[in-house]
Amino acid sequence: MKALVWHGKEDIRCDTVTDPEIQDPRDAIIKVTSCAICGSDLHLFHNFIPGMLPGDIMGHETMGEVVEVGSGVDGKLKKGDRIVVPFTIICGECDQCKRGNFSVCETTNRKRHLADKVFGHATAGLFGYTHLTGGYPGGQAEYLRVPFADATHIKVPAGIPDEQLLFLSDIFPTGWQAAVQCDITPTDTVAIWGCGPVGQMAIRSAILLGANQVIAIDCLPERLSMAEAGGATTINFETESVLERLKELTDGRGPEKCIDCVGMESHVISSLPDTLLDRAKQLVMVESDRPHVLREMIYVCRPGGIISVPGVYSGFSDMLPMGAFMNKGLTMRTGQTHVNRWTEDLLRRIEDGEIDPSFVITHTVPLEQGPEMYQVFRDKRDSCVKVVLKP
Amino acid sequence: MFHFSNIVRTKGDPKIVESGPSLKRPEDQLARALGWFSIGLGVVEFFAPRRVTETLGMEGHETLVRAFGVREILSGIMSLSVDKNAGLWARVGGDGLDAAALLSGLTSDNPRKGNIALALLMVGGIAMLDYRAAQDTKPRRPPRDARRKLYPNRSGFPKGIESARSKARQIPSHAAAGQS
Repeated sequence: MKALVWHGKEDIRCDTVTDPEIQDPRDAIIKVTSCAICGSDLHLFHNFIPGMLPGDIMGHETMGEVVEVGSGVDGKLKKGDRIVVPFTIICGECDQCKRGNFSVCETTNRKRHLADKVFGHATAGLFGYTHLTGGYPGGQAEYLRVPFADATHIKVPAGIPDEQLLFLSDIFPTGWQAAVQCDITPTDTVAIWGCGPVGQMAIRSAILLGANQVIAIDCLPERLSMAEAGGATTINFETESVLERLKELTDGRGPEKCIDCVGMESHVISSLPDTLLDRAKQLVMVESDRPHVLREMIYVCRPGGIISVPGVYSGFSDMLPMGAFMNKGLTMRTGQTHVNRWTEDLLRRIEDGEIDPSFVITHTVPLEQGPEMYQVFRDKRDSCVKVVLKP
Repeated sequence: MFHFSNIVRTKGDPKIVESGPSLKRPEDQLARALGWFSIGLGVVEFFAPRRVTETLGMEGHETLVRAFGVREILSGIMSLSVDKNAGLWARVGGDGLDAAALLSGLTSDNPRKGNIALALLMVGGIAMLDYRAAQDTKPRRPPRDARRKLYPNRSGFPKGIESARSKARQIPSHAAAGQS
């Protein structure tokens, strides 16, 4: 089959690979009908996330049709079923899964010895990601083996196009969880840094959860226009002062809720000296992340507020203003997404026509063009916001 | 390389049968080669500055050579990173500094001035490669003033934003949303 394979930094190729096989009775194999490139795939493309190996298949936003099931799937899936595959692989049986903390499932990370050492405790297995999260082959391919398939799936009905359902795999529940973690009340201002695909979903989620005002921060006109279309007031950080504009928009109080949809690769610009220093330290490997957005959020957030972090961080962040964080009594909530905790509700909202996540798609191309699209997406060429690949 | 990494894969995981074309262009390979060269030269300059100054007949300038070594290592690391263009321009600037330092040692009383001339020739050649690689690896991001497509009609709310807002006002407890 064809698959997008990681060969090293900035080197992803469309290779011919062997077809996946059932390895465990709880496995299923799907024929992929649609998959997407995620912003966190770019961290892998840049080799900023440790634990990638040449030959790893990329992709964790995937859906398709079940073509083979293992004997232990227990009738929960059958050939021909249409499923979206959540990016977090879950067993559905461990203590964390029972609590709904699916992204920290205690069973599915098959390389937990590595993760235990790096993170203290292993987190769930993830598709198409680092070997710290199990090194499972990803879904930017023609076929995908779904481990623990009896639990790791979202069954979706026929009649709704792939484009509306695909993002249940990651970015829609990720944006939703980021907003839910904010405990939004009807008087809240929610400020969202980063108007990439997750930021766009977080904006819509904050609106659906009843925020009084949503403010979106980015520097790309196309992304800001999409954010505005979704109901946000926008700030272009290259032409305006984020601090001053946020003060102005909140009568000097600051936003009650802040969401970081940027993560470890924040923009490096000369007017923000901390971003230059972070990049220099990242180059010589004394810091792994560029946490400018975290610093700014802690500074601007209203005392007693909540900071929600769906943006990916990989290791160590320097110079976080813990004094401000502590004295202002802020709360930080973060984590990979507990996808299956939210998908039943989100699928219902899609079916009811409350939201159509396909608004974010700007490019749809055959899988074979995937490697080039990584560059287009990374370079923000052709006003690219979200790429869907068709195997 | 992927043949070695297959060791960590399980039996049923897909393995490469035939590799597709690489995204790496010849200029990327050149940048990589220059990056490693820079690091190698920097290590020599940093750890063996006396050998360098003796070869060039410029004894007494060991501290300067060591500083140049640090510069070479840093620009080499940057040339190997995703910001390779900045690293390569740093190397072009460094080539100028190298040439200036070498020219200062090209005096009639220097018994090793032949070595300095040879070193200048090498610096000139490397500078041309650095310049070529820096030109060819310019970031392909669109310029700030480039025309961009805008998406003012992509609300994502088929029934409109006001409908989404008014539905949200009916939620008794927002914090509980999503927990069906």
